[in-house]
Amino acid sequence: MLKNRIIPCLDVKNGRVVKGINFVELKDAGDPVEQAKIYSDGGADEICFLDITASNENRDTIIDIVIKTSKECFVPLTVGGGVRTIQNITDLLLAGADKVSINTAAVKNVGFVKEASKKFGSQCIVVAIDAKNVSDNKWEVFTHGGRNKTSIDAVEFAKEVESNGAGEILLTSMDKDGTKSGYDVDLLKAITKSTNIPVIASGGVGTLDHLYDGIVKGGASAVLAASIFHYGEFKIKDAKEYLNSKNVSVRL
Amino acid sequence: MNVTIVDYQSGNISSVINSFTEVAKGKVNIEVTSDIKKIKLSDKIVLPGQGSFKSCVDSLNGINGLADTLKEFAITNKKPLLGICVGLQMFADVGYEEAETKGLGWISGKVSKIDNQNGKFKLPHIGWNEINIIKDSKIFKNIKNNSHMYFVHSYEFVPEDKSVISATTDYSSNIVCSVEKENIFGTQFHPEKSDKTGLNLIQNFLNL
Repeated sequence: MLKNRIIPCLDVKNGRVVKGINFVELKDAGDPVEQAKIYSDGGADEICFLDITASNENRDTIIDIVIKTSKECFVPLTVGGGVRTIQNITDLLLAGADKVSINTAAVKNVGFVKEASKKFGSQCIVVAIDAKNVSDNKWEVFTHGGRNKTSIDAVEFAKEVESNGAGEILLTSMDKDGTKSGYDVDLLKAITKSTNIPVIASGGVGTLDHLYDGIVKGGASAVLAASIFHYGEFKIKDAKEYLNSKNVSVRL
Repeated sequence: MNVTIVDYQSGNISSVINSFTEVAKGKVNIEVTSDIKKIKLSDKIVLPGQGSFKSCVDSLNGINGLADTLKEFAITNKKPLLGICVGLQMFADVGYEEAETKGLGWISGKVSKIDNQNGKFKLPHIGWNEINIIKDSKIFKNIKNNSHMYFVHSYEFVPEDKSVISATTDYSSNIVCSVEKENIFGTQFHPEKSDKTGLNLIQNFLNL
């Protein structure tokens, strides 16, 4: 039976982890490679890096981090943030990423998703959708980290990226992100019901029960979380044992 | 010992290189090439494959003499070869991804789309799934039945001769996820992304 995945996400800025785990055993709390290794040793099903570096000059640092991480972690590695060109994808994959996540560039031109999935295969193309609730059961796609409104319906857009070859959707609720009040389950339901590719739930996790809701109520194939793991409130193992105790199948 | 990872522009092989390098620990020479002369001199070959069946077969056939050299290595000389993902699928006679495409024809059978039972099962089949070991394969030494391996695919290999199947995984139906036919090995899952269990499998292959 296919297991539900738990994916810790590390935000990386100028080569350093922002909001990182603060374990005593860490030699350097800002080192993304060391943190990724802790997660993978702890049973993470995948690792996700989100590069939030603002300037283009520092973008090479993420490549360097991916090279180092992929030599130490032997679970899938997804890298997102600023992926705009075929060359960006080539560089990340050659560095050792297994998947790339495309956000703004996919909204600007869905043809980019098609081109990328044709060239590299759907298996490595994740489209990250940031959505905000606009009215009852209606969500709109936002870009640039939730700053820019697009007037694109999130459910329609999800279907569109699927038909253009996306292998997975990383769905973040901009209303819930950072609130620790749980995923937007209605949004998840709307997207998982209208698409046939796996959906990764993101934005809002504050308790282990939220992970359960994302999978069982929202229909997500994987759950992504940042802060509950970073601050050491829970280890990956805690999350898996909790879900397992509630009959949600996970890789133990 | 020389192990060659065949680089025929079949997509992302960095993870395959990293995992084999990690396991080899300098004791085994890992070569990444499409150079036919070097392939002929290898002791073992790893045939990765990502993207579609058609794009992989086209890339392989795009390198002059490569398909014949691999055939001579695996079929005539019976030296160990491990196919991963589409690398395994290409063992088949024919694949149906994108367009009907002739495979290498080393193990009779076809590669067709996983039956998603009208949307009941999401495709691609992505993530960790248990393998049911049904045949004692050399590459499963010290790997327990029902171990988890990492999968990412929408198509499955359906061999005619079921005796080549060494493991299956349950997703919509019993999908063939590992084969062994004499010196030819293949996994539908990605050992290079399957953490310690995957590295164990790679170690077993290097130890053959």
